Amino acid sequence: MSTSDDLRIKTTAPKPAFRLSMLLYDQRYRSITIQVFFLFMLMLGAAWLIDNTVNNLRALGRDFSFAFLNAPAGYDINQRPIEYNSQMTHGRAALVGFLNTLILAVLACMLATVLGVIAGVLRLSNNWIVGRLMTVYIEVFRNIPTLLWILIFGAIMTEAMPAPSAFRGDDPAASMLFNDAVAVTNRGVYVPSIMFLRDLGDLRLGPVAPSLNWLLVFLVLIVGVYANKRLIEHATAVQNATGVRPKTWWKSILILLGPVVVIFIALGAYLEYPELRGFNFAGGTHLRNSLIAMWLGLGIYTGAFVAENVRAGILAISKGQTEAAFALGMQPGKTMRLVILPQALRVIIPPLISQYLNITKNTSLGLAVGYMDLRSTLGGITINQTGRELEGMLLMMLIYLAISLTISGAMNVYNSRVKLKER
Amino acid sequence: MSDTHAQTVAYVRDSMLPEKPPPIAEKGAIKWLRENLFSGWLNTALTVLSLLAVWYALMAIGPWLLNTVWNAQSLRECREVLDGASGACFAVIKDRWHQLLFGFYPPQHYWRPVLTLVLMFVALAPVLFSQVPRKMLGFSALYPFVAYHLLWGGSIWLPVSVILGFVLGYVAYRLLARFAPLIAIAGAILVPVIWWIMFAAGFTSAMTSVAPIGLDFIRSDRFGGFLISLVIGVSGISLSLPIGVLLALGRQSDMVFVKSVCVMVIEFIRGVPLITLLFTASLLLNYFLPPGTAFDLILRVIIMVTLFASAYMAEVIRGGLAALPKGQYEAADALGLDYWKAQRLIIMPQALKISIPGIVNTFIGLFKDTTLVVFIGLLDPIGLSNAIRADTDWNGIYWELFIFIGALFFIFCFGMSRYSMYLERKLKTDHK
Repeated sequence: MSTSDDLRIKTTAPKPAFRLSMLLYDQRYRSITIQVFFLFMLMLGAAWLIDNTVNNLRALGRDFSFAFLNAPAGYDINQRPIEYNSQMTHGRAALVGFLNTLILAVLACMLATVLGVIAGVLRLSNNWIVGRLMTVYIEVFRNIPTLLWILIFGAIMTEAMPAPSAFRGDDPAASMLFNDAVAVTNRGVYVPSIMFLRDLGDLRLGPVAPSLNWLLVFLVLIVGVYANKRLIEHATAVQNATGVRPKTWWKSILILLGPVVVIFIALGAYLEYPELRGFNFAGGTHLRNSLIAMWLGLGIYTGAFVAENVRAGILAISKGQTEAAFALGMQPGKTMRLVILPQALRVIIPPLISQYLNITKNTSLGLAVGYMDLRSTLGGITINQTGRELEGMLLMMLIYLAISLTISGAMNVYNSRVKLKER
Repeated sequence: MSDTHAQTVAYVRDSMLPEKPPPIAEKGAIKWLRENLFSGWLNTALTVLSLLAVWYALMAIGPWLLNTVWNAQSLRECREVLDGASGACFAVIKDRWHQLLFGFYPPQHYWRPVLTLVLMFVALAPVLFSQVPRKMLGFSALYPFVAYHLLWGGSIWLPVSVILGFVLGYVAYRLLARFAPLIAIAGAILVPVIWWIMFAAGFTSAMTSVAPIGLDFIRSDRFGGFLISLVIGVSGISLSLPIGVLLALGRQSDMVFVKSVCVMVIEFIRGVPLITLLFTASLLLNYFLPPGTAFDLILRVIIMVTLFASAYMAEVIRGGLAALPKGQYEAADALGLDYWKAQRLIIMPQALKISIPGIVNTFIGLFKDTTLVVFIGLLDPIGLSNAIRADTDWNGIYWELFIFIGALFFIFCFGMSRYSMYLERKLKTDHK
């Protein structure tokens, strides 16, 4: 035997035989043992819960079925984005509640974003009094429960606003705002609504029937946005080729607004103003107190959180970035748009979206002021009337879960696109 | 030097001039005003607008707030005293403060929740401030049992038997540790569980019949007001942090199965509103448990609130773990630390430090969310404010109650956020 052979033999470790104790003490196998044990306990627990549920349902003489969704609901819903009456099914009522949840969530998200961006930027302002005011707004709203704010705004609407009768007479105690367009009363807010002289009818689409007029407006708007995007791409291409960016702003305005205005004129659009008739206002759109209270409560409350996110995002960008952009000869506006905002948005958007998620989930507090959202219809009256707690709650949880997962899925896609690349 | 100048310049000053005071616009209040309030047309407009807003708010609320009535038995009486003028009727707080704070807790026992609150601060002191002697941590560990006994009362042997379980577990661990660590851990878990399931009830009843010591038992439905918010909030806060850490570690784990279960739990809980979980606790739990089990509603709510906050906590801590540079994990591996040691000594201290703001925000959110229990019929401050308004004496009173409840929540939540800022400053080690 040569020396090199000796060395080679020594460096090749013998493969040890598998022993049972390696399941516990060998790192390679231990994780499998732990997982199998974990899985076993989990299945045991799940089996126990399911067995209990089956036994309890049998003891109560109940079955597990969603047939109640096809039974007549028998209750009214005061805010109906789609056609609904009490003869329709529980499923239809749940759909109305779901749409109400979405309406409230979208409105509150918009309000929270606007308020949050303004308050977040102003809190960083050099202006002493504005900065202090924004701090007071943010701290007061962040540290008091949202439920209390909803109740406070509900009480303001019902207790502190004038009754419709106050608008009557030659010298009324209350008057309408914005040139007789908006009436704020203790029965809700009345705003003008857009009506069409030429109605194209409705589009029958299964459970919902959107108005063809609005669909047309929406379609034209989307085409306009797409055309505008192409225009800007073209301008960028020209700039890249020649170094001179063609002016696009007036073309953009024309492309975005022109077709919509033409459609509105062609369909004979006009504003219907609310008017005091009898004991109440008629005409226009009636925003109920429950909607207003929820909207303001959720929007202003969450706005305080958004403001903190915006502030954190702006502060997270180091001053060197601004200075570097200035050194390159950029104008302050371009610095903000091309250097600061893209980096700040990376910090701002994820928490902003989780605030949107919070708003969506907090719409379930609508019960406090009688807003007929998903929780008040499917999770409230339907459950009480049919006694189907298990099925109703499960369905409601699944719907909320679907909304949340959709939003957070979108956030994950965004996050992975803007993430800083690391090892 | 002066010679050179003498040839080129006609006159050179060779003494310093005395300092002149700055121009009036550049000093004192005027400079501050110019810089902070009127530095440009936009800033001036903002200042004027803000001053107007403050002025209108003061004009609208000031007279009402200054003209208060503290002595009255009903809203009608209040209005008689005010005689048509605008004014706040804080008499309702004077009349009902005990309900808003304690609910229907028997008045002769009010000292018990108060003592629990005081002891809570004593127990928290060593956890929150490092200057307090470490020996006090023993009391902090004992505090949950003391608090339970003070609040609910009943036989003192019930909490004692639970403590005995932990003691037995520790003894079993020390005795078995000499054989094998794994056996010791199994013993430390199994012995207390066996004790609690098989013997604790017998021990409690036997000892109670021998030596019936203990405070009067107070049923959960007598709890209410701010007491209930604090009980749910504090239990949820103290339980959600460890569970959240475990969930976060599970989500980061290499074990595929553990990881996917943790992801599912976290995403499910974060995806549904708390209110649906609370309804599950009050309506559905009877379906999932063996027939005939009934346990306390407050306990069920605490479990649900804890689960809810744990999922959020897990995400916050996961953020902290992700923010930690990879080099820290690699350094821990290079030192030869095993998983738990690396987590305990290297990863968690840093990750938790990074996530302090998020953790405290979750705590504050949890504390505010305790108000949702009003929807399942527990009488928290908001539920009691509805109950007070339902009374004919105080029918129609809103703002005074809202201000009182809001102020209570504000004090606690604002205090927590200030503490988190203090902690961040104290733990800061970088030089930013």
